[in-house]
Amino acid sequence: MIAPRLQVLRYLRFVKNAGFWFAAALAATPCASVATAAAAPEPEPIKIGVYASLTGKEAVWGQSAEKATRLAVDDVNAAGGVLGRPILAIIEDNQSKPGESVTAVRKLISRDKVIAILGEASSGRSLEAAPICQQARIPMISGGSNPKVTQVGNFIFRTHFIDPFQGTVMSRFAREKLGAQRLALLTEVTNAYAVGLAKYFSADAAAHQTPILVDQKYSAGERDFKAQLTAIKAANVDALFVPGYYTEAGLIVAQARELGLNLPVLGGDGWEGPQLLAIGGLALRDTYYCNNFSSESDVPETRRFIARYQARFQSMPGGTAADAYDAVLMLTDAIKRAGSTEPEKIRAALATTRGLRGVGGPLNVDANRDQLKPAYILGYNSGDYHLVQVIQP
Amino acid sequence: MSEFLQQLLNGLSLGAIYALIALGYTMVYGVLRFINFAHSDVFMVGAFIGYYLGKLVPEGTLWGGLLVLSGAMIGCALLGIFIERVVYRPLRHGPTLNVLITAIGVSLLLEYTGQIVFGAAPRTFPQIFPTANYHVGSLTISSNQVFVIGVAILLMIALQLIVFKTKIGTAMRAVSLNPKAAQLVGVNNNVVISFTFGLGSALAAAGGILYAMNYPSIDPLMGVMPGLKAFVAAILGGIGNIPGAALGGLLLGTVETFIGGSQFSTYKDAIAFAILIVILLFKPAGLLGKFTIEKV
Repeated sequence: MIAPRLQVLRYLRFVKNAGFWFAAALAATPCASVATAAAAPEPEPIKIGVYASLTGKEAVWGQSAEKATRLAVDDVNAAGGVLGRPILAIIEDNQSKPGESVTAVRKLISRDKVIAILGEASSGRSLEAAPICQQARIPMISGGSNPKVTQVGNFIFRTHFIDPFQGTVMSRFAREKLGAQRLALLTEVTNAYAVGLAKYFSADAAAHQTPILVDQKYSAGERDFKAQLTAIKAANVDALFVPGYYTEAGLIVAQARELGLNLPVLGGDGWEGPQLLAIGGLALRDTYYCNNFSSESDVPETRRFIARYQARFQSMPGGTAADAYDAVLMLTDAIKRAGSTEPEKIRAALATTRGLRGVGGPLNVDANRDQLKPAYILGYNSGDYHLVQVIQP
Repeated sequence: MSEFLQQLLNGLSLGAIYALIALGYTMVYGVLRFINFAHSDVFMVGAFIGYYLGKLVPEGTLWGGLLVLSGAMIGCALLGIFIERVVYRPLRHGPTLNVLITAIGVSLLLEYTGQIVFGAAPRTFPQIFPTANYHVGSLTISSNQVFVIGVAILLMIALQLIVFKTKIGTAMRAVSLNPKAAQLVGVNNNVVISFTFGLGSALAAAGGILYAMNYPSIDPLMGVMPGLKAFVAAILGGIGNIPGAALGGLLLGTVETFIGGSQFSTYKDAIAFAILIVILLFKPAGLLGKFTIEKV
């Protein structure tokens, strides 16, 4: 019995050592490639790894992130690349499933030897990948909003605003714009992002004497919410906050209206996705959500990004696309300022990103490696969501 | 009080769908003594057939809806017969365990073929029937709920009539009682078993359409959870017993909804299954099932 266990231990030690050697190899590659770049006309590309939900439940996010990444990489390469070398993005799918991101990121780091990892929109999956990147000392730029993502370590950055801000914004919007005094929550409990957002929303609501009267829960993949909604209806509240993803939000709103629950329903940036409109339809009247991006924003960088994305992919970019584009922007900016592709130097340069003009707003990395960005509140009106209010941090 | 009635209504409409799926499990078990785990994926295929057919007929019309419903039922009946013919029949004389494992294999095959053919991303199911909301006092009843309960009751009555009033139904019961003796008196077992699979799969398709109408987001793995619940409902009612499956489905749906509306909503599956365990401790053969000693 002992022998095989020892073998496993030995194997584990091997894997650990391998990680070290990979890091060492990575540190050594730049010198080698710079040398070849001088000699050969075809410089070796800088490899960056991307993991995204290209298939599965939240495929919409991953696919738009992939498109935006390609657009960004092509832009960088058209402008002559970085440090005279082109960028090569290697994109892996995590099927929107828990656990798969770890495999994808491990593969990107150990086999493809990427110098940085970009991804992803989901906080839960970002939290899975972050420890791997931190351990391998490879910078990662997430599009997630949960504050815990960047708390994993000093190699983890983000392009998105964080949930304490988002929760406060939505609670303030419900109180000030909608005049809601009695609030209800319906949280996706199997989702780190939703649980965090619910916490910050409740905290702000409680601080302003608009307490949460009903606190109902659901799990990912559930389809029947009538039980929870009936309980919410009985509590006679003014507004309902649903932190969760677009896949369930449409069903929740449709079922609420079916039960005659005609109150304003609010959500966070997880609501963004065409499925919401397809399932919710007209039931979405009087619903609002907070996003990091609005297609109606008049920021010139945003306008230009939207025009080019539409011209190339014949579809409207969303917040996840903007995050993915900005992640490439942040990384290439850091590589340029670092003057090197060494992960440690890129990390240091990323930490001092200031006033970079991203397509989803200004990019400023603060002491916690988080972003301070404006929030756009979007409201449903005649078939689509339109900008209602911009809240500056 | 009105909250109680509303929850009861919500529970019954959810339970009616569980009951329809449970009927398929219980019928196949009744005749062949094995659990067809692929049943929940036939349910999924039913919803997808409805999705594609729904695009061909005008939305929100009664005749269009009925056309989609019957199209999906026929499609799945054929699929059920095909699965039985190709996969289960060659194994019929082997140990039951082999068939059981094969059924799980067929289930996985359907799920992941579905992911390739239909794509893994959820689709929005069209509104095939006209919809409206009725208000009775403080109670809100949606036409979908009425429809689900109505169709489920109609199909269950039809099933009861088929099993007890027709020649093929008599043959089904004969095969269930003793396949060898049935063959001796001139029953064609293959035809009866094919028919049973076809009928069960048609009910699964109806369940799939009703489920997708109420929860219009469908994906290739949508059958897993309702399938498990329906399987539990069939056991709860007494597997092999048709009214038992209906009762089990309604009971499970109602209990789940009531717990879902309380502050214990996170534990709703846990509590629903705990109740199942308690019931099975006291009535091992299920609510309406008869306890029989397996003949050796």
